[in-house]
Amino acid sequence: MIPGSFDYLRPTTIGEAVSALAESGEDAKVLAGGQSLMPLLRLRLALPEVLVDLDHVAELREIRDTGDSVFIGAMATHHQVIKDPLVRAHAPLIAQATATVADPAVRHRGTLGGSLAHADPAGDLPAVILALDGVLIAQSAHGPREIPAADFFEDYLTSALEPAELLLGVRIPKLGTGWGFHYEKFHRTAQAWAIVGVACGVRRANGAIEECRVALTNMGPAPVRAHEVERALLGRVATQNAFKAAAAHAAEGTAPTGDLHGSAEYREHLARVLTARALTTAAGI
Amino acid sequence: MPRIKVEVDGVTYEDDVEPRLLLVHYLRDRLGKVGTPVGCDTTNCGACTVLMDGMSVKSCSVLAVQADTHDITTIEGLRINGALHPMQEAFHSEHGLQCGYCTPGMIMASIDLLRENPDPSDEEIREGLEGNLCRCTGYQNIVRAVRSAAHEMSHSEVTSHD
Repeated sequence: MIPGSFDYLRPTTIGEAVSALAESGEDAKVLAGGQSLMPLLRLRLALPEVLVDLDHVAELREIRDTGDSVFIGAMATHHQVIKDPLVRAHAPLIAQATATVADPAVRHRGTLGGSLAHADPAGDLPAVILALDGVLIAQSAHGPREIPAADFFEDYLTSALEPAELLLGVRIPKLGTGWGFHYEKFHRTAQAWAIVGVACGVRRANGAIEECRVALTNMGPAPVRAHEVERALLGRVATQNAFKAAAAHAAEGTAPTGDLHGSAEYREHLARVLTARALTTAAGI
Repeated sequence: MPRIKVEVDGVTYEDDVEPRLLLVHYLRDRLGKVGTPVGCDTTNCGACTVLMDGMSVKSCSVLAVQADTHDITTIEGLRINGALHPMQEAFHSEHGLQCGYCTPGMIMASIDLLRENPDPSDEEIREGLEGNLCRCTGYQNIVRAVRSAAHEMSHSEVTSHD
């Protein structure tokens, strides 16, 4: 399969990339790592007139400490993110979940920013960024814009990015001590997409749960926070029974669809089971 | 048409390429490197895996123009002074293949796996090769071959064509 024809632009700075997008209009598509876009191009499900390749915009690959948060550049590859000491120290959930994305060859090319902008409901990283209250930074000719993760993922393959906006990266607040994290995914085969995934973090103090974050992958057209689960655990002692009871709320407020991998009801069941598992593992009990 | 300069298996090529040309088609159709097959064409099977600057990539999911200035190694570039690479030898001696279609990708991915982890456990080998599918169900012998190559390569200085 051969992609349709397109013009190819290869900016080397953020400024050039933003200008290229502004000049190319709605017929342009940004090429990050290409591991989702290339299959779409080959199948001609995407037929952009212009492809803006960010491969040579080195500044977009930076991961840096910004004091109370860590900034991960949009073009940081999955491979880079998994190994990065700042990510491992301050956002270990991202490193752990990213290591479950696809396979090593795909992780060498695929990028965090690309998978967030692609906004695939079965993608693992949107739920992770949502659980961590990440803030996405976009840039257009009109200047920068900050978009909280809760507002970024709008619908199936649809983010809040405007056509002429470039995703620069995501800021992840440092959460401090006492936290345990886990990403639990259920999929048919090693490299398959998640049928359901659960990203969670639990902070305990003196045995009781002080704060909890739970976000779900593929339980609707966009990742969703399981707020009822989070609320049910506040102040509770972290036991398997407490997690199981709270996880019974996991499917509330979700809107999964049925497909050949499972019905909506099956996904709701998985959300409850996997949430209990994820919380238990995160809390280390 | 963009002009690219790319090193493939130790030889530098300069070519004008259409932006939509996939790396795997450039390798096969322009350079005649048909040792790299097209398998699924959907970024799943890993048959077309090559090394780009030493790291495994699926060449059906990279544009030729993105290989500009990079160093590509295919299955055809693994021989050292006419001798098979230890990974090729191990796949041969351990019978790590049946029909052979997945083998070039398996071998390239396995070389990358050992670069990252020279002494992997069986589980780490299986995880490291999760992006490469064998439809003959030959995984047992493939894992055995990688383990054997890891042992062989840890006793040898030779790791790549260069």
